[in-house]
Amino acid sequence: MNTIIFRTISPVLVALTLLFSVFVTLRGHNEPGGGFIGGLIAVSAFALYGLSHGVPTVRHAMRFHPMEIAGFGLFLAGASGMLSIVFGVPFLTGLWVFPTIFGVEVALSTPMFFDIGVYFVVTGSITSIALALEAREGGV
Amino acid sequence: MAAPDPNAPAVDIAAAMVTAPSTFADWLLILPVAVPLLTGAILVMVRHHTHLHRPLAGAGLAILLGLNLLLLQRVVTEGPVTMMMGGWLPPFGIAFTADVLGATFATTAAFAALVATATAGPSINTAERRYGFYPFLMLLMTGVTGAFLTGDIFNLYVWFEVLLISSFGLLVLGSEKRQIDGTVKYGILNLVATTLFLASVGLLYGTLGTLNMADIAAKARAAGPEAPLVTIAALLTFAFAMKAAAFPLNFWLPASYHTPTPTVSALFAGLLTKVGVYALLKVGVLLLGNQTGAFSSVLVVVAGSTMVIGALGALAGSDLRRILGWLVISGIGSMLIGVAVGTPTALTGSIFYAVQSMLVMTALYLAAGVIEARCGTGDLRRLGGLYAVSPLFAGVVLVLFFAVAGLPPFSGFWPKAILVEATLAADLPWLAAAVLVAGFLQTLAVGRVWLYAFWRGGPEGTPDGTLQLAGIGRIEDPADRIALVGPVVVLAGAVVLMGLVPTVVGGLAEDSARGLIDPAGFTARVLGATAP
Repeated sequence: MNTIIFRTISPVLVALTLLFSVFVTLRGHNEPGGGFIGGLIAVSAFALYGLSHGVPTVRHAMRFHPMEIAGFGLFLAGASGMLSIVFGVPFLTGLWVFPTIFGVEVALSTPMFFDIGVYFVVTGSITSIALALEAREGGV
Repeated sequence: MAAPDPNAPAVDIAAAMVTAPSTFADWLLILPVAVPLLTGAILVMVRHHTHLHRPLAGAGLAILLGLNLLLLQRVVTEGPVTMMMGGWLPPFGIAFTADVLGATFATTAAFAALVATATAGPSINTAERRYGFYPFLMLLMTGVTGAFLTGDIFNLYVWFEVLLISSFGLLVLGSEKRQIDGTVKYGILNLVATTLFLASVGLLYGTLGTLNMADIAAKARAAGPEAPLVTIAALLTFAFAMKAAAFPLNFWLPASYHTPTPTVSALFAGLLTKVGVYALLKVGVLLLGNQTGAFSSVLVVVAGSTMVIGALGALAGSDLRRILGWLVISGIGSMLIGVAVGTPTALTGSIFYAVQSMLVMTALYLAAGVIEARCGTGDLRRLGGLYAVSPLFAGVVLVLFFAVAGLPPFSGFWPKAILVEATLAADLPWLAAAVLVAGFLQTLAVGRVWLYAFWRGGPEGTPDGTLQLAGIGRIEDPADRIALVGPVVVLAGAVVLMGLVPTVVGGLAEDSARGLIDPAGFTARVLGATAP
């Protein structure tokens, strides 16, 4: 796997894949996509980077340990359900706001933050497993 | 998604969603699950700062206990309370419903976990903290509390998974060979039980078209004889009996519970099998109570043999924590009597027994941990002379042993007396005899342990009248000593209190039994209050 073509092209692919994973996550509320599948796409980006540049490089580039990212996602998902306590509605009730930013109406909601939480949980936990497996195989 | 179109026809939200504002009192239902979940998430985020783990987890557990107490108080005064997740109306939304039974179990579990781990500093080493003892602990408590408070049978399955996965993590924490061996046995049998549970839930949904517990209770009683409910009840009973370690599905427990750190064993023995018993009580009596009668004679045999076989296993064992594992199984038999007999008295006895067993078994495993820390082994043949070294600790352990054997005036006596009375009233003299025989065998078993580990002068082969205390080490740091022995003393105090003042827990158990026998109040509360 250590060819110069692969090593040259993989950073570009990784960046594109990560961008695509965000796109898939955000469109997931009304169309196919969502946090789970978006997270898996992000994991494939990290796994690819691990194959081309080695596991230590990925760990360094991620800054946080994958499990910490998963913990953050779990917290975000739980907290998005807790937000409804302020508005006197039951746990996990969807809350929506439609602020206008630069003339564009943006739909923000607690289900979206829940989904972003799922994205981080999947990204963190599966990346953790993928990197452990790649490191076990010797990697680069 | 765009903003709602102002010209669109008005949607009647009240037809699909809860419209009444939810107060903090309603939130009491979900907070005992949300707090440990969020604490667990934070602990995963700070996993490398191990010095933060104990204070954070301790605070989370203390808040959990407080919330559970508030919830229990509310449930006792007002009857079952319910909250619909996301505001969707029952039976379609996922319900959280607490009755006296669930709230009592959740409170006891939180108390046992708090006492067992608040001072678990010295017995959990840094490596185990780095691998995530405290995050797993909080997620385990999320699963346990969720299972006790949910009002939806599929959601119950989800909480079973949550606690199962956390318990796998806790079991293999030390990565020792025997721990992995224990985890494989524990894991495979529990996965089989969970799969069976899931399959039965699918059957139940196919038959009744609902997953809401209150709705199931109402529909199962209205269903005609053509619905295969007895089969479903039998499958669910089988799955939960496996999780509760009832005979003949008990062999995973003594094969796995003695392998992890003592604190982890204590938590498992105190909490996990009781979740299985809780599910049996809830599903076997509240949900499908009119169906389990068809195979109650089987349940009577299972309850009786679980008690006796467990006690015999304890009598035959030579490893301290394995003996305790058999005692856990023996206690499960007593808790099954309620489901098997199905009368209010029997259920009261079973629930009372389960509550006191949570505290007693947690304390006994922690005590075994102290003994192992001092002597370096849990092998009865190599133990001895502990009474000469610390008579006070020997006394505390003796109290716990009496409680587990059901001797008055300690906590195990009252539920056993109630169970004997209930089985005789139900015209099952053999089951009453089994309770007494099992109690006798348990007394022998714990007497043997106390005689060997505490009373005799030293390890096997020490001549009578002489002392040989070379094998017993001291826990040098006084802070460590308090941290190890303190929880045992606190739990033993609770056990003595429960034995001297049995009315509090007895009253709660009676309330729970009444709620289980007559589902009308439960269903009315969930479906009636919010029905359109």
